[in-house]
Amino acid sequence: MRAQWILPACVMLLAANSARAEIPLHERKSGAEFMSPQTQAMQADDVSNPGMLAALDGEAFWKQKAGAANKACADCHGPAEESMKGVSARYPAFNASASKPIDVQGQVNQCRSERQQAAPFRFESRELLALTTYIGLQSRGMPVSPPDDERLTLFRERGKALFNQRLGQLNFSCAHCHEDNWGRKLGSAPIPQAHANSYPIYRLEWQDVGSLQRRLRNCMTGVRAEAYSYGSPEFIELELFLAARARGMSVETPGVRP
Amino acid sequence: MARALINVPAKAKKGEIVEIKTLLSHPMETGFRPAADGKLVPRNIIKRFVCTYDGEAVFSADLFPAISANPFLSFTLVATNSGVITFSWTDDNDETQVQTAKIEVV
Repeated sequence: MRAQWILPACVMLLAANSARAEIPLHERKSGAEFMSPQTQAMQADDVSNPGMLAALDGEAFWKQKAGAANKACADCHGPAEESMKGVSARYPAFNASASKPIDVQGQVNQCRSERQQAAPFRFESRELLALTTYIGLQSRGMPVSPPDDERLTLFRERGKALFNQRLGQLNFSCAHCHEDNWGRKLGSAPIPQAHANSYPIYRLEWQDVGSLQRRLRNCMTGVRAEAYSYGSPEFIELELFLAARARGMSVETPGVRP
Repeated sequence: MARALINVPAKAKKGEIVEIKTLLSHPMETGFRPAADGKLVPRNIIKRFVCTYDGEAVFSADLFPAISANPFLSFTLVATNSGVITFSWTDDNDETQVQTAKIEVV
C-alpha cells in the first residue's frame, strides 16, 4: 500500500522539478544587479549607504550592558569583527536547546533572554534590526554557506515546498515570479531572482532597514495572501531554503534596494 | 540626537576641489502622515544644514518635508588651509547635531 503511494509522489516531484528549472549557478544574480546604477552606487559606498547607520547603532548595542545579568554581547563574544565573522553567512542554523532551526534574529533574542536575562526585542524593532545589521556586516563579502547539517534537511525541504506553494487570491508561488519570470517586469519594476544575500536591507520604499521576513511578508501581501506572522516556523523554513538557493553568493549586508 | 556618517578626505592639495559627503539618521517625519490612531504625526524634519570651514560658513541648505528619511548631502569645497570642518543639522525641535572633521592641506 505504502509503496504504491510513494511512486506517484516521486513522479509528481519529478514533474514539478522538470517543469520549474532551478536557476543555474552561472545565471544567479544578486538583487543588486537589477537596480539602477545610482542605487548600486548608494549600496557600494559606506558613507551613502543608509544601512550603515543601523550598523553603527548595532555596534553601540553590541557594547551596551543589558538585562538582569548586566552583560553586553561583547562581554561573552568579544569584538564582533572576529566572533561574528561568517555567522550571518551560515544562519539559519539548528539550535540544539530549542531543537529547531533559528535565524540570526532568533539567536539574538535567545541570547537576550537566556544569557542577558532581558526581554527579547520586538520583531522589526530598531534594536533588533541594528544588531542583525551589525552582525550581518561582519560577513560582508563572504559566500553564503549554509551548514551541511542533516537535522536541517527536513526543514529546508519544507521551505522549498513553501517556495513552490501557490498562495493568495492571485494564486502565485514565489517560484512563479522569481524563477520563471526573473529579469522581466512587474509593472515598472524588474523582477529579481529573490536571493536572500543582503539582509537586513535598507529599502528606499520603506525609508528604513527591514528584515528578510518583512520583505517576505511584503510579497505575500502582494499576492493577496495572509502573511505568516513574524518569527513563524514557515519563515524560518523559507529562510533555510533561500540560504541553500543562494549558496556561494556574496553576502552584501547591508544591501540597499529600491 | 542621531548618527552621522561623514566623508572628508584626510589630506588635500592647496586649491584642490574636494567632495564632502554627509549622511544623517533622521526620520524626516513630514507631518502629513496619520499614525495608527488616525491623528497626524507631528512634523519633525531637519530644517537647516550648515557646513563651516575654519569658522566660515561655506555651504548651507534649507530642507523641506519632501526630502527622504536619513538625508544624504554631498557638495564640494576648495581646500584652502588645514583646519576643522564643522557640520550641523537642526531639526524642528531645535535640536542641533554637530560633527567635526579635520582636513590637512599640503
